[in-house]
Amino acid sequence: MKREGSPWTGLWAVVLKELADHLSSVRMQLLELLIFLTAFAATFVASRQLRATVAEDPYIYLKLFTTAQEPLPSFVAFLGFFLPLAAIAMGFDSVNGEHNRRTLSRVLSQPIYRDALLLGKFLAGILTLGISLLALWLLVTGMGLFVLGVAPSGEEVGRGLLFLLGTLAYAGIWLALALMFSVIFRQPATSALAAMAVWLFFAVFWDIMVQVVAQALRPAYGGDPFAALAQLRLGLFLSRLSPNTLFAELVIALLNPEVRALGPVFITQLEGAVLNSPLPVGQSLLLAWPQFTGLLAGVLMLFAGSYVLFQRQEVRA
Amino acid sequence: MNGVIETQDLSKHYGPVIAVDGLTLTLLKGEVFGLLGPNGSGKTTTILMLLGLTEPTSGTVRVLGYDPSRNPLQVKRRAGYLPDSVGFYDDLTARENLRYTARLNGLTRAEADARITDVVARVGLTSVVNRQAGAFSRGMRQRLGLAEVLLKQPEIAILDEPTAGLDPEAAIEFLGMIKELKAQDITVLLSSHLLHQVQAVCDRVGLFHKGKMVLEGTFDSLADRILGGAYRIKVETSRPDGLEPALRAIPGVTNLSQEGPGQFKLETQVDCRAEVARRVVSSGADLLGLTLERPSLDEIYARYFREVDHET
Repeated sequence: MKREGSPWTGLWAVVLKELADHLSSVRMQLLELLIFLTAFAATFVASRQLRATVAEDPYIYLKLFTTAQEPLPSFVAFLGFFLPLAAIAMGFDSVNGEHNRRTLSRVLSQPIYRDALLLGKFLAGILTLGISLLALWLLVTGMGLFVLGVAPSGEEVGRGLLFLLGTLAYAGIWLALALMFSVIFRQPATSALAAMAVWLFFAVFWDIMVQVVAQALRPAYGGDPFAALAQLRLGLFLSRLSPNTLFAELVIALLNPEVRALGPVFITQLEGAVLNSPLPVGQSLLLAWPQFTGLLAGVLMLFAGSYVLFQRQEVRA
Repeated sequence: MNGVIETQDLSKHYGPVIAVDGLTLTLLKGEVFGLLGPNGSGKTTTILMLLGLTEPTSGTVRVLGYDPSRNPLQVKRRAGYLPDSVGFYDDLTARENLRYTARLNGLTRAEADARITDVVARVGLTSVVNRQAGAFSRGMRQRLGLAEVLLKQPEIAILDEPTAGLDPEAAIEFLGMIKELKAQDITVLLSSHLLHQVQAVCDRVGLFHKGKMVLEGTFDSLADRILGGAYRIKVETSRPDGLEPALRAIPGVTNLSQEGPGQFKLETQVDCRAEVARRVVSSGADLLGLTLERPSLDEIYARYFREVDHET
């Protein structure tokens, strides 16, 4: 049965309302403060270390994001840690919260489709994250100007913006996951815990499991190089099922122009290569393209899942 | 057919549970229809199907000529819905809540503000419109809900349990507002389990029981059909003895019960108060009281189910 009327009716009304909610909510402000402080500290420490080598490094601004100095991890490591939390915090009560406040049936009795409500909530979350990320990136770059005393090159700006897009896709995965759990679970606390559990699983246990599984399925004894390669390839494949790995590889490829491969490289493949010469932006982007599309595919799949579940859900409490 | 809402053999099953069973209903323009029945008898499910918020398992629905599951936007643009125990965004003010609704309905800012001022005044919330909805009492929420319904200038207003949980005074006030809707030629469908409250405002009622509409019609016709006589006469006299056969013999009396010494309750088909008074006085007793009671919906409902249970 075909329905009539555009599914986007009222989408912008939902987006604007949710965006206003996010930007003014205490929850979001606390998280942003936390991210800003830690990121600030990380880049500040990194920039002090980098001052010594300003003259030698053509990609000093990119180093600002990736340099870690004990005891603080790098800026990107902080982002990789906190962004999933922020995204989960924004999404975990989006649908079940409407149920519990008894606003869902009232809103859905307005002339909009459910599509607009769900997509509007997702877009508002992404926009909020995008705004915070952009602000963060500008802050870090601004601080770089102060401390390092040189302006970033066009290529560094380009790489920085691409990195932002990739980070947004990574955050989108966790936002879509939290949104899906908010459709599945009626209690916001349950959906928050479930989303955090998935995040913890990928952050801590996935790598351990990957190693165990790869060693069990493709055992490599006695230094057989082909068996070792098979094990490595299986491990890499499994590891890339985790959004964390995809994000890490994306960051490496985009922020380190010298990186030319994200997997095992044979010595024969290096023939004629000029080592340590940087790749142009386009080539780095090509390198990270599978990771980027992988993250986007994850976002789409999770969103489609919550869409299907939400369409079939009963409105009544 | 010129029905504003028409359903034909409408059914809704939740797995093995039958929520609504073969409902056929027609609402005419400008009437107030009461969907009455106990909790869980399928009233809310019916309403959700009318708005396209739930798909019917079988049967057809037409609201203002549109099919709600195919063309829900057209239906929802013209029909306002006040859900059972309505909720609002607690951290927004009443005005902001209404503005969001206005924007979802595609109104411009200026249009929305003008309409909000108007509807808020109509439900008597002007003084609190800038307060957060979280601080609103149950009665105020309900009125804000009605304001939201009026905001889209609907042709149909669907109100689910509008008076449940309100104190009697607030309920009466709210029913007054529903009567005003009728004056504006808005068709009203309201559901309730508080039969005596809605009795006063409904032109026509349908009684629900286990997903079926078991009785439907104007209040008087139901009273005639179920209670036999539509009139109740209460008589109070000073002397109890010997009156009963004399009263029973009055033409039109279908039933008589003694409620206390000297107090009788008559069920009659016609208003025969004069005859009752004459007989009481001529028997030598003093007539202390004589009142005509209209039967209540509660009574009709209770009587009907007593009969249904009796038959099974």
